[in-house]
Amino acid sequence: MERQSGGGLGAVQRLGAPLSQAKLRIDGIAKRYGPVVALEPVSLEVRTGELMTILGPSGSGKTTLLQVICGLVEPDGGRLFIDGHDRTAMPVHQRDIGLVFQNYALFPHLTVGENIGFPLKMRGRPAAEVRERVAAALAMVQLGHLAARFPRELSGGQQQRVALARCFVYQPAIILMDEPLGALDRQLREHMQIEIKKLHRETGATIVYVTHDQEEALALSDRICLMNHARIEQVGTPQEIYAHPRTTFTASFIGTSTLLRGVVEGDALVTPLGRFALPEGRLAGAAALVIRPEHLRLGAGENTIEGVVSETVYAGAETRLLFDLADGTTAVLRLPTGMAAPEIGTAVQAHWATDAAVLVPL
Amino acid sequence: MRRLGPALYALPGLAFLAVFFLYPVVQLLALSLRNEGTGEFTLQHFEHALGTEVYVRVLGITFTIALQTTLGALLLGYPLAHWLARLPDGRRGWFVMLVMIPFWTSYLVKTFAWMITLDQNGVMNRLLLGGGIIDAPLEVLHGRIGVMIGMVHAMLPLAVLTMLPVMIGTDRHLPRAAGTLGAPPGQVFWRVHFHLSLPGVAAAGLLVFITSLGFFITPALLGGPKDTMLAQLVISQVTEMMNWSFAGALAVMMLAAALVTTWVYDRLFGLSTVSGQASGAPRRGQDALRAVGIAILSGLAAVQVAIGAVMQRLVGRRVLGWLLPAHAAVVLLFLGAPTLVVIPMGFTDSNFLGFPPPGYSLRWFAVYFGSELWLGATVRSFVVAFGTACLAVVLGGFAALALARSESRWRGAMFALFLAPMIVPRIVVALGLFYLFAQMGLVATEAGLVLGHTVLALPFTFVTVAAVLKGYDWRLDQAAATLGATRAKVLLQITIPLLKGGLVAAFLFAFITSFDDLTVALFVSGGVTTTLPKQMWDDMILQLNPTLAAVSVVVFVLVTALLVTAERFRKPAG
Repeated sequence: MERQSGGGLGAVQRLGAPLSQAKLRIDGIAKRYGPVVALEPVSLEVRTGELMTILGPSGSGKTTLLQVICGLVEPDGGRLFIDGHDRTAMPVHQRDIGLVFQNYALFPHLTVGENIGFPLKMRGRPAAEVRERVAAALAMVQLGHLAARFPRELSGGQQQRVALARCFVYQPAIILMDEPLGALDRQLREHMQIEIKKLHRETGATIVYVTHDQEEALALSDRICLMNHARIEQVGTPQEIYAHPRTTFTASFIGTSTLLRGVVEGDALVTPLGRFALPEGRLAGAAALVIRPEHLRLGAGENTIEGVVSETVYAGAETRLLFDLADGTTAVLRLPTGMAAPEIGTAVQAHWATDAAVLVPL
Repeated sequence: MRRLGPALYALPGLAFLAVFFLYPVVQLLALSLRNEGTGEFTLQHFEHALGTEVYVRVLGITFTIALQTTLGALLLGYPLAHWLARLPDGRRGWFVMLVMIPFWTSYLVKTFAWMITLDQNGVMNRLLLGGGIIDAPLEVLHGRIGVMIGMVHAMLPLAVLTMLPVMIGTDRHLPRAAGTLGAPPGQVFWRVHFHLSLPGVAAAGLLVFITSLGFFITPALLGGPKDTMLAQLVISQVTEMMNWSFAGALAVMMLAAALVTTWVYDRLFGLSTVSGQASGAPRRGQDALRAVGIAILSGLAAVQVAIGAVMQRLVGRRVLGWLLPAHAAVVLLFLGAPTLVVIPMGFTDSNFLGFPPPGYSLRWFAVYFGSELWLGATVRSFVVAFGTACLAVVLGGFAALALARSESRWRGAMFALFLAPMIVPRIVVALGLFYLFAQMGLVATEAGLVLGHTVLALPFTFVTVAAVLKGYDWRLDQAAATLGATRAKVLLQITIPLLKGGLVAAFLFAFITSFDDLTVALFVSGGVTTTLPKQMWDDMILQLNPTLAAVSVVVFVLVTALLVTAERFRKPAG
């Protein structure tokens, strides 16, 4: 498996999707603020009707990328295409892009209905049409009875729905969402995730969704674009990214895993902890084996590591066992249901099947 | 263009200040350094000013009065501000209004009130004689005591309103934290409250001192020949002697004093505290100074704790607890009472301003409304104030909008420039404008008055709009843009409606500033284009009469109504 250089282009081609289907194409977009590089040249394609999340820790460049897409920030280089047309220099208000803000950015001096009607009025739609479409949008988010209220009279979740309706009502080419659920509590957030999925399915809209929450990204996305240090780290479906991380960053940012670092020699990885068989895929030089907790089992087997139990974490549906290896790394495994956890301080062995691990370069 | 966008909004304001503020002041400086006959560079005017005993004495008097006024206003004002700052937010507004009203009340009305209060047959002497406290009427008018009463009264609101935001801005939990850490109330006050309020005190001191330096209304009307201040000298040099160069030299000296004071202040505290922001970390390189200051504070605290313990044993905790509110009440009464005296005087049926009025009637209002001179002046003041308010809100509002989002390294300098007309003594601005307008043929025109008043009002509109913008959510503008609104539509449909309250308040503040101004009007209006304050001033110099009381009532009621409206709008909507 060769390491991908520029980001998503390769992924698209590998999956066999024709280029003409790209709703949004970013080609070498870069941005710096003085000495700070906010965005290395990145390239990415978002397909029509797709929900893509841009995932990354804070400072990874995901918000800059989003602001470049909607035109709030001018890139230093690169080009941006929407439906195949170059839109790099087009001002914000002509771009036909919808943006859902983290704090909703509802106009406090306009009613819910006026807020939703705003983009239609800006486009000079006739009053009757505005009324009709606002009503339809309100019905879609189940807020028909609140049209005359002001935003401050609504709960957080209701405000969020108004923000969504205001965006969907004018059917922009692309809808961007900037951590839209960040301000909601966990339960409401999960509820709204389902609503967003439903809206996406019903409207067929192309959505680019920015978040730092990996669970949210896994739950929502058709594809995830993972960013780190102003670069795209990996692009793929949630399953691909989880099962086949291509870097140690991906492996540790999405889910938890045990990382065994070493050097490839022949068909084995040589580490301070011993020689381990390599899974499919060849690399040379420094590399690491990534093993997910569910692939690590107690006891000796094909590839075995030894350690001392340092912590057990009970999470309702599962219990995780943390144990320290001789070289200082912490390994994580998922205990089978119903199995009692070994006491802290006990020495344990664990093993995995060679093909369950993933080899990544260091 | 897109990158310059926000900064462009500041250009009209900057251009305006360059032409009608910086240029005239610089021209004044040039004038003062030139021999009128030959046009050569000379220091003769400054030598003349500093070598003549009369002028040196006036300089001394000016600085003495300004310094004494500053001390008086700070000493009386600090406890009041401290008391106001600790009131619950809801109740504070009403009491702050009692300071705001005298702040915006015309200096002429305030001075007129003191003239009829302190007069030999005035309210104060009547009350004291009637109460048997004194045997012969006190003669405080036309002396230093009269000037000091008038000056401190005039400057007290400015001092309190400047200190207040810093005091309110301090974290309310800090005094409690100090208490739980074992500090007795005396220590809490000096080491926490007082120490944290110092930037506000310094800002208040600065503004009061500088404003006092350029004062002429109060010393001219309440003082005697021995209380002549620099600004009076400047006025007489221009209006009576036509000696421009010498007046320029005097004005430049005043400006220099103001700038030096400001510079020292900036070195010590940083200018940003003037606009009501508590300064952040203390400046570096002043560790020694800081250590001395803290030692003084702890000494004061120890003394107060000791006195407090003794006093508590003597009079009890209860009585001590009333000291602060009692002081606040007395100071608020001092601020408000003189103006209230004017109101019955306006309704007198007598030909004289005796107190109490022998009977009541509307005859002096009839005189006012029947006089072409007074009505003409009133209408002119309204027209000029309206024009000023429009111009100042547009220029100041756009400037605030530009600077709120600017990341330019010139931001600090531009900020200072927009506040500068507040720091430079008005008389200097007025004199410079008079000279410029004489060249442009704008003297005695309404346009000249509007331009001059806009210079004075610009800092107020700028600060008011900037304050509202501080809480403005710029993402709303971005949201509107992504929803398809052009830049003009964003401004008209989102930004301006959301800032409406601040803009209306700024408009009204500018209106009052113009409506009240005497300094610029003194030079620029004249003859048939007199304004209301100018007309009042002329009457007050010549002869006090009940018409003045009636006019004062009208002006007071009008300005108070505008002020209450402005304050209501300034509260952020929603």
